[in-house]
Amino acid sequence: MTLINRPPVAATAPILAQGTQTPPPRRGFLRENPSIPWFLGLLTIFTLIVSVLSEGLGIGALSTSMVKILGMTLCLCLIAIAMDVVWGYCGILSLGHFAFFGLGGYAIGMWLMYARTEIVIRESLTGAVLPPTEAELSEAVAAQIFGVVGSSELPLIWSFAHSLPAQLALVVLVPGLLALVFGWLAFRSRVTGVYLSILTQAMTLALALYLFQNDTGLRGNNGLSGLQNIPGLFDIPQAVLAVWFLWASALALGLGYLLFAWIVSGKFGSVIRAIRDNEARVRFLGYNVEGYKLFVFTLTAIISAIAGALYYPQAGIINPAELAPIASIYLAVWVAIGGRGRLYGAVIGAATVSLLSSWLTGGGAPNIEIGAFRLMWADWWLVFLGLGFVAVTLFFPKGIGGLFDKIVRKAP
Amino acid sequence: MSIFARLLPLCLAFALAAPLAAQTPLQDVLQANRADIANPSRGTVGQVIAALMAADAPGTDEFLRQWQDRTVIEEPQTGLFYYATEVEGRQLALIDVDSGFEAARVGSRDVTAIRPNAGVRREIGAALVRFELSAPDPARRLAALEAIGRSPDAEQIALLAASIPDEPDTDIRIRKERLLDLLNARFATETATRIAAIAGLSGDVSTEARRALNQILATEPGIAPSLPQDRNIARVLIPGQDLSREDAYDRLVAASLAPARADRNSIRDGLLAHVADGMVGGLPTHRMSDPSARLAAYDALVAQGLVPPLVSEADIDQSLAGYAFFDAYLEPDATLTDAARAAIEQTDTRLRLFQWLAISLDALSLASIFFLAAIGLAITFGVMRVINMAHGEFIMMGAYTGYVVQTMIPDYTVSLIIALPLAFAVAFAAGVAMERLVIRHLYTRPLETLLATFGISIALQQMAKNIFGTQARPLTAPDWLAGAISLNDVVSISTIRVAIFVLALIFLVALLVMLKRTRLGLEVRAVTQNPGMAASMGINPDRINMLTFGLGSGIAGVAGVAIGLYAQVTSEMGANYIVQSFMTVVVGGVGNVWGTLAGAGLIGFLQKGIEWFNPSNTLAAQTYMVLFIILFIQFRPRGIIALKGRAAGE
Repeated sequence: MTLINRPPVAATAPILAQGTQTPPPRRGFLRENPSIPWFLGLLTIFTLIVSVLSEGLGIGALSTSMVKILGMTLCLCLIAIAMDVVWGYCGILSLGHFAFFGLGGYAIGMWLMYARTEIVIRESLTGAVLPPTEAELSEAVAAQIFGVVGSSELPLIWSFAHSLPAQLALVVLVPGLLALVFGWLAFRSRVTGVYLSILTQAMTLALALYLFQNDTGLRGNNGLSGLQNIPGLFDIPQAVLAVWFLWASALALGLGYLLFAWIVSGKFGSVIRAIRDNEARVRFLGYNVEGYKLFVFTLTAIISAIAGALYYPQAGIINPAELAPIASIYLAVWVAIGGRGRLYGAVIGAATVSLLSSWLTGGGAPNIEIGAFRLMWADWWLVFLGLGFVAVTLFFPKGIGGLFDKIVRKAP
Repeated sequence: MSIFARLLPLCLAFALAAPLAAQTPLQDVLQANRADIANPSRGTVGQVIAALMAADAPGTDEFLRQWQDRTVIEEPQTGLFYYATEVEGRQLALIDVDSGFEAARVGSRDVTAIRPNAGVRREIGAALVRFELSAPDPARRLAALEAIGRSPDAEQIALLAASIPDEPDTDIRIRKERLLDLLNARFATETATRIAAIAGLSGDVSTEARRALNQILATEPGIAPSLPQDRNIARVLIPGQDLSREDAYDRLVAASLAPARADRNSIRDGLLAHVADGMVGGLPTHRMSDPSARLAAYDALVAQGLVPPLVSEADIDQSLAGYAFFDAYLEPDATLTDAARAAIEQTDTRLRLFQWLAISLDALSLASIFFLAAIGLAITFGVMRVINMAHGEFIMMGAYTGYVVQTMIPDYTVSLIIALPLAFAVAFAAGVAMERLVIRHLYTRPLETLLATFGISIALQQMAKNIFGTQARPLTAPDWLAGAISLNDVVSISTIRVAIFVLALIFLVALLVMLKRTRLGLEVRAVTQNPGMAASMGINPDRINMLTFGLGSGIAGVAGVAIGLYAQVTSEMGANYIVQSFMTVVVGGVGNVWGTLAGAGLIGFLQKGIEWFNPSNTLAAQTYMVLFIILFIQFRPRGIIALKGRAAGE
């Protein structure tokens, strides 16, 4: 495969430097990644501005739902940079990362739903003559949660749902293990390229179909709902919670950016870029290609899951449709439009496309009259997105991020 | 009674359609027996019916039915008989018995309805059945048989048996004899007749035969201190082996032979009933969230004699030891039930065989649908290595083409004949356009092809939504494709699925011939293997790529028409098939038409096979199938039929 778009930094980074006598002197981490201070600075300023404008803590120029949308967008940016690392840097076009995102959301959603229902039921039973036993309580909670799918027993996978630390651990462990096992199976048998994409898509489809079933214990196509109500924080208005979640999402995005920038900038980064460009050659040089790919695949899956765990309490509801293969393809679309192989490109792509999408389909944009024809954005946005995406692939393979190259290169 | 109600529309239809000329009009026949019809009695009704039958005037059956339903009236002045139906304003419309047209309207008090009593009505009903069973028209005889089969009862045995000797049609005669067996097996008074009838039913997989046998074998649970000799015991149940101790004890409780076990809820209710001053059983209520405290309080209440004592495991054992548990047949005669069991065992063997056949046919039909959906991909992805996410949208395009043609041409057969080539042409053109405009520029970047074609896919899908709306559009099959071919009650397959299978076969053969026997196929294979070398031999790779891609897309369009006939046409129908189509191609082996066939076969049979184990849950079947495919690719990464050597390429 030809080298399509090497990030600007990568061009100067020492690739496979073992053979030379004197390795070029290493520059500082921040010097090598000039985008980091820029990105973190802009993220901080953005968060501060939104906080000040918010309804919960500031002057109220931004509605709570808008703050939530912005917070959710930050989470989408986080999964986009994870996707960028696994695809743009390591060359694995995974069409399954949104499944990990959803799994993270389900893991945290189980606790949110269980704990909230338990509190509500405890309150409703305080007046009872006999205080309820634990078994009765758990039965009542199960009946409340699973009434919609005609069951009143708590499935086995909800065993830890009462404990926040356990479910937080599951946010990381379940997608991590799934990615590890799946990745090991796939990379071990040298499934690459489009085959790997189709395989990951099949995995996502299987997972979505599994979750759609009523008897798998996650409420079938009803999904988990009411996730915006945080147990124990019922007294705090949603407006304030929205800002808190915005901060948490911004923090996660900042840390994720730092982590991934660090990973892709050192020797490790050079190896995974080399794998992207010519896997066989890296293997012949003695690197354990499968190990590198497995590490990147699993790590990005975990970060995606964390992003999902922050996203769904803001969205308030999760259902299996969120995990459908199409969502993961959209993720790839965002990253491609933003520009692969540069972390800030992924952020730009995810933020632009998802915000534009919710603005245009939400009826926020004015319809355009063209003669007798009336252009309804809600109807035509996807057509333009699809065609625009084709245009980006054909004419701007570097995406929006590619524009920065011109700006940066022109500066002395 | 109900069988006559069901015969009503049928009788009406025939009454109206029956030829009116050349026979004595019904009214004249009725007038000849006027007195006995107006005041029927058990004694005379037999003669009257015989007279009516003998005259066989058109509409006799309808008259019998109306007579039985008490809707026949006699006009007092003229003495003519009419059918009466109520109309508004307490009026009756009088319907002429011969013409079926309204003759007059009268007040409901001016005429008196003829009211045959229950005995007479039964006679009339029997006559009606006899009348239908020996009707000259075979279709009416069959309809009567079906009506009896739906609601059998003992009285029909004699009628049916009487009609068999005169039956001219061999097929209907066989059906009559089988139906007689069914009736005899359940209702005959002599055991020997019943056993013979049961033996006649063995191996018969029809639903009514199985239902008849199962009704003979119906059981009820029984409990007795020792096994009773006078019951026809189906099986003895030993607690702990054949049924759980809990179930056995629950049976005792249900029969009031043992005290009920106290579960958590009854303990709670017992405690609640005796709460006083915040105390229960000597313990404060606030401690009652602890299950052991609840037990202690309950024991205290038992000691005071306020609540029934808890049933211990030893109590349960003791109670169970005192009784024998068994299932007994409702049918007291053991020879009958033995015969029925033997018959149903034989039926079950055959039934399993037929079920296998039915599942295999289902699987074959599913496989041919997968094959149709995937065969276009097998060309574009398999042969050209171009991953086309918009393939599903070409399927959709074909289906919408069929829909549009159908809205313009009302004749379904003609529109289908026009739609098939037109769908091919539309999808072919779209495919060529896509190849020229987009894919051509991305041959060296397969992952980007995936994304660009995905962009086209969402644009096309949304455009279809904007043009045709989100609701599903029907694509109606012509009548000759609408029915079903059924072998018996178990094995039946709809004609449209057979047609899809045939279409898949045609595609397979046509494609193989095209690839292996034509100049174009040769050039396609040459370009696939080595474009550079092919170009230097004078083949234009650009043209070949364009044509190949168009061909793959065109086939998708035709597949769309076929799939639209069997499912519905929506903007998402293509997207539903795309992942499965890719899996079919990958599992089968890329670059090979036979591979696609093998892949479709594997996936189709696998999905139906998994569904067979858990028929209620097709989602689970799909989940396990995808998991299987993921694992399968681990072991055969290049699919079932892998290309070997240089052609395997990258």
